[in-house]
Amino acid sequence: MSEQIDEALRRELQRQGVWVTSMQELYNWGRKNSIWPLQFGLACCAIEMIATAASRYDIARFGGEVFRPSPRQADLMIVAGTVTKKMAPQIVRLYNQMPDPKYVISMGACAISGGPFKEGYNVLKGIDRYIPVDVYIPGCPPRPEALLHAFMELQRKIDSQKLTGADKAEHLDPAEPSEFPVPAFGKHDLEPPANRDVFHPPNIERT
Amino acid sequence: MESLEQIKTRAEAAVPGAKIDVVPNPGPAQQSSLLIDNEHAPAVARFLRIDPALRLDFCSNVTGVDWLDRTVKKTTKVKKLVDGEEKEVAETSEERIPGYLEAVYHLYSMTHKHGAVVIRMRTADRAEGARLPSLTPVWRSAELQEREIFDLYGIRFEGHPDLRRILMWDEFVDHPMRKDYREPDDYEYEPTPHDDVLERAKQHYAPRPQLDGAEPITATDSHG
Repeated sequence: MSEQIDEALRRELQRQGVWVTSMQELYNWGRKNSIWPLQFGLACCAIEMIATAASRYDIARFGGEVFRPSPRQADLMIVAGTVTKKMAPQIVRLYNQMPDPKYVISMGACAISGGPFKEGYNVLKGIDRYIPVDVYIPGCPPRPEALLHAFMELQRKIDSQKLTGADKAEHLDPAEPSEFPVPAFGKHDLEPPANRDVFHPPNIERT
Repeated sequence: MESLEQIKTRAEAAVPGAKIDVVPNPGPAQQSSLLIDNEHAPAVARFLRIDPALRLDFCSNVTGVDWLDRTVKKTTKVKKLVDGEEKEVAETSEERIPGYLEAVYHLYSMTHKHGAVVIRMRTADRAEGARLPSLTPVWRSAELQEREIFDLYGIRFEGHPDLRRILMWDEFVDHPMRKDYREPDDYEYEPTPHDDVLERAKQHYAPRPQLDGAEPITATDSHG
């Protein structure tokens, strides 16, 4: 927008009743205010997610109240709760079935890293081992305000995405994958234990 | 309710050939239990359920226990001739008890409002495919919990209507609650590694031969 028209001039025009915008702005404005989450929950974080959708916290204020029971109609996957290794392939499969553009919120300590069950024999150490995550919310479980905060962060991200140019949004780049391999049930663990193309753990600095 | 000794006597009279031991619990709970031999366990269980004085019609909980091989030191006082004089001398003997797997059932009576009576069964050894008779035909509520014990400890319950894994997937081969279970080494990143996690983490550090010496640290296969 700023490339085409001066911001001060635009504000002045708006005061006079002329509204100047761009395709990108209009498109992102529409997208960010109608994020439809996929309707599923995994553990106690799901209870907080339900509270966020109910009247007291009212996620409808942000356009996210349309919880879809089908991944084909959803824009956002809220991974709310502990992902067991037995459930992880189904989560990845649901993510693969969502149409682009799609976003993921990793809600709570378990979905981020396994949380208090990190060393458990049947708990995945974070959903970001298999699918890319846009917003992480810490908490055990995070309060509804935290989920709303994550939702607003996601809206900011969508608003800043470019439709054209070299730094355009990932979902507009045909080279970027929108589906990820579903892990298989192995004899001792999921195979592979993490998708190396997606999962990049930080390097530990040791002295 | 009767004492465990009374239950044991009556059950052994009702089921010919049954061998029941009282396993004392010296802890604060004082909750002793009955150890039932595997062959007669279903018959004894049925007696506990239908006997009018007991009517243990509710099986609230079934758990498994993994006992490793262990040695127990026993001290006995023996009279001995020491220097031509008879004295009491304490002698210690070591008894080696081979490991076994155990299934523990907690029984209550809804009719008489009493309980809990705890009964146990032991497998012969800790080997793969250790067997116990299923008590699901007696108490239906044991069905899912016996499946869980099969999943996590590897006890096969004979006579169970649907013995499949319940928590882990079907392709899984280990039994995670057994003491010799080794979890897969999928260490990736630990913000504050400590204790045994730190030891495992060290195997995943990239080798720094110029700092650590000639030998590079290599990851080992945990199931090798």
